[in-house]
Amino acid sequence: MQNLTLLDGPKFQITIQRLCRQLIENHNDFSNAILIGIQPRGIYLARRVAEELGKILGKPVLQGDLDITFYRDDFRRREGPLVPNQTRIDFIIEGKNIILMDDVLWTGRTIRAAMDAMLAFGRPAKVELLTLVDRRYSRHIPVMADYTGIEVDSIASQKVVVSWKETDGEDKIVLLSERA
Amino acid sequence: MAGLSTRHLLGIKDLNRNDIELIFTTADTFKDVINRPIKKVPSLRDVTIANVFFENSTRTRLSFELAERRLSADTLNFAASSSSVSKGETLIDTVNNILAMKVDMVVMRHPYAGAGVFLSKHVKAQIVNAGDGAHEHPTQALLDAFSIREKLGDVAGKKVVIVGDVLHSRVALSNILCLKQLGAEVMVCGPTTLIPKYISSLGVKVEHNLIKALNWCDVANMLRIQLERQDIKYFPSLREYTMLYGLNKQILDNLNKEIIVMHPGPINRGVEITSDVADSKQSIILDQVENGVAVRMAVLYLLAGQTKENEPWNSGY
Repeated sequence: MQNLTLLDGPKFQITIQRLCRQLIENHNDFSNAILIGIQPRGIYLARRVAEELGKILGKPVLQGDLDITFYRDDFRRREGPLVPNQTRIDFIIEGKNIILMDDVLWTGRTIRAAMDAMLAFGRPAKVELLTLVDRRYSRHIPVMADYTGIEVDSIASQKVVVSWKETDGEDKIVLLSERA
Repeated sequence: MAGLSTRHLLGIKDLNRNDIELIFTTADTFKDVINRPIKKVPSLRDVTIANVFFENSTRTRLSFELAERRLSADTLNFAASSSSVSKGETLIDTVNNILAMKVDMVVMRHPYAGAGVFLSKHVKAQIVNAGDGAHEHPTQALLDAFSIREKLGDVAGKKVVIVGDVLHSRVALSNILCLKQLGAEVMVCGPTTLIPKYISSLGVKVEHNLIKALNWCDVANMLRIQLERQDIKYFPSLREYTMLYGLNKQILDNLNKEIIVMHPGPINRGVEITSDVADSKQSIILDQVENGVAVRMAVLYLLAGQTKENEPWNSGY
């Protein structure tokens, strides 16, 4: 495996800050907006952004975790069923502006499943997508992000892994390639 | 991640500890799902499940059917009493006819022990045993253990007494196997005629005095007296059984600790437990019913999620 670091250190922090400012541009004081992180890895992004927004706005923003396991389109097409994660949405999303968040946008299938899963909690007024890494030109379905941290050109055999200070000890985005 | 180690759920005997833990963690999320405003997920939208009941059932059949619908599976129900079985059709013929209508899974209850195992050897569909004679009732044992885990935090190290008609009870056998697998201590209690002779070979304690048993345990699972399976008299009268093995509020209050009372249903009120015990705050009978749906959803989800070679997307066309 060959590792290429795409983003880390202060630049990582600047990217998060920029995403927060872009969100504020569209959602003002977040009185009608909610951040929802997609399990398992999107929740760290959502928590970090919520924390930063809280500092900037001086008040907490609503944030939830969404598990999409039961809404995936590859059930019975893979080796075995996936073990679900916890969904934590303790508020009504009816009529709210939802910002769905995941660390890496690749085929777009996760986002489709997430939009499906979210409907179990009500009908939002508007849904947007924020993603830290956009793996361009690799979509299987027509999905695009409204807010993007960085864009990456990659091939299917490569992997993009986002690490977080809270869980992995370091903020970092790495591109992993199989050595030929 | 590894799925279940078995393709069918025929009995707790076939499950290892990892399987049971996997079913429980999956059931945790399903319990969350069935408490949402929209209680349905689309996982099994391309799966058809037949509920084949050769014996009467209310709770189990409704619980399975609800679990199937919450997972978006298509269901069809079959009750032997109103079918061609009464015209003499064999079990394999009946089920193969149902399978010819493209059914993926069969949930079956049957009055004879081993019916599920037999069927699994002769038909392609995945079989879930919903009770076979006096043999096993795996989903009941799973939901009982799940309820204990939910109430006491863990099953390991807990003391559970199973009281009553152990001889005719499939719930008892499955419960013993499941609880032992999870590291609980198990005792059976009842009149000598209703305790199978070699039950201690399963590693359970035997006690014939209800008060002693209750003072020992953390959880008491009160079984129903299965009059329909008793071909001879096992005790002089129901009244005498109730006097010796019936649980009432007075006994419960006089114990040296607070225990949890369970019952697999249907309750014979005033026989194995009195109404005030069944409706007391120590009873988790209705929690068992609620957990039954979540546990059955987990079982169906985990079984159906196993890849099948004969699916169109796996056969290469």
